[in-house]
Amino acid sequence: MPNPLSFLAVRQVVIIFLLVLLPFVGYAVEPSEMLRDPSLELRARSISVKLRCLVCQNQSIDESDAVLARDLRILVRKRLVAGDSDNEIIEYVVSRYGDFVLLIPPFKPMTYLLWLSPWIILAVAFLGIVVFFRNRKNPSIGEKGTLSVDEKSRLGELMSDSFE
Amino acid sequence: MTRLFFFLPFAIFVIIGAYLGIGLTNDPNKLPVVLTGKIAPNFSLAPLKGRDNRGFSNNDLTGKISLINFWGSWCISCKAEHSFLMKLKTSNAIQINGVNWREKNMDSGFQWLKRFGDPYNFVGVDPNSEVVIGFGVTGAPETFLIDANGRIRFKHVGPLNQKIFDEKIVPLITILQKES
Repeated sequence: MPNPLSFLAVRQVVIIFLLVLLPFVGYAVEPSEMLRDPSLELRARSISVKLRCLVCQNQSIDESDAVLARDLRILVRKRLVAGDSDNEIIEYVVSRYGDFVLLIPPFKPMTYLLWLSPWIILAVAFLGIVVFFRNRKNPSIGEKGTLSVDEKSRLGELMSDSFE
Repeated sequence: MTRLFFFLPFAIFVIIGAYLGIGLTNDPNKLPVVLTGKIAPNFSLAPLKGRDNRGFSNNDLTGKISLINFWGSWCISCKAEHSFLMKLKTSNAIQINGVNWREKNMDSGFQWLKRFGDPYNFVGVDPNSEVVIGFGVTGAPETFLIDANGRIRFKHVGPLNQKIFDEKIVPLITILQKES
C-alpha cells in the first residue's frame, strides 16, 4: 500500500513538526511595552532573556507573565532609552538581586567548580579509557603468541571435550 | 584493589545523589540578599493621595533607626501582618515607613489604611515598581531595617510578626543603638 504522505521528503516532515512546535514558544512582551526604535527593542529583548524572573524562577523576564517581570522589562527599556549600555543595565539588576538573577551564572572563583567540573569529569573519563586500553594491550599472562605448559594441557582438554 | 575500582561509579553516584538530596531541601523562595550593609538606594516617592501631601524619600531615613515596609492592598499576607504593625506602632519601638506598591486603583492604598489602621510615619507610592526593584524586593510584604545613616541592615521577606521581630530585629536595634 502506498503511503499517502510518501510525496513528502523527510526534511519537509521535520520542518512541519518544527512548525507545529512554534506556537508554544511564547513571549510575554506586550505591544505597549515595546520601544519604537527596533534596534533598542532588540537590545531590550537580548537583555531580558538573560534576566531571571524573581517570581517564576525558571523563566526569564522575557517569557514571564508575572507583573514584577513586566516592571523589570519596562525598567530595562527605560534605562536603554536613557542611554545606558547593556552591561550597565545588567549590572544594575545584579546589584539589586545578586548573581541569582542571571540565568547563566558568571564565571568567577565561586563558580569555577560549576563551570569546570564537566571538563574535569571528561578529562578523568578520558584518562580512565586510556589506562583501561593500555592494560589490555600487555596482558601479564605468558609471552605474546606462546602458551605456557599449563595452558597447553588445558587447551588440549577443552578441545577433546568439544568433540566427544 | 581492581575489585574496589568497580565500586567507584557507585561511590560517585552516592556522592552526587547526596548533593542533589541536600539541594532538594533548599527553599527556592529564600533568595540571597545582596543589599544588606549598603546605603539604601536613592528614591523620592509621591505621596499616598488622601493621606498626606508629603511623600517619602531616602532623606527621611537619616537620623533614626526605622523600618521600611513594602505593602499593597492586593497583598493578602500584608493583611496578615498588619495587626502586628499596628501593635508595633503603639509600642513606639521603632518608626515604620511604608511603600505602597503597585495599586491598580490609586485610592485603594489609602482606603486600606483607613479600614485596617495606619501604622506608618511616612508613606510613598511606587506604582511602577521602580523603588521596589531598587531595593531588590521580590514580593510583598518585605520589611527592611534601616540604620540612622540610611544603611540597610536587615531584610525580612514575608509577613512580620512578634517572634521574628523579637528574634531578628530587636537584637540588631540594640547593636545599632550602641553604635550611635
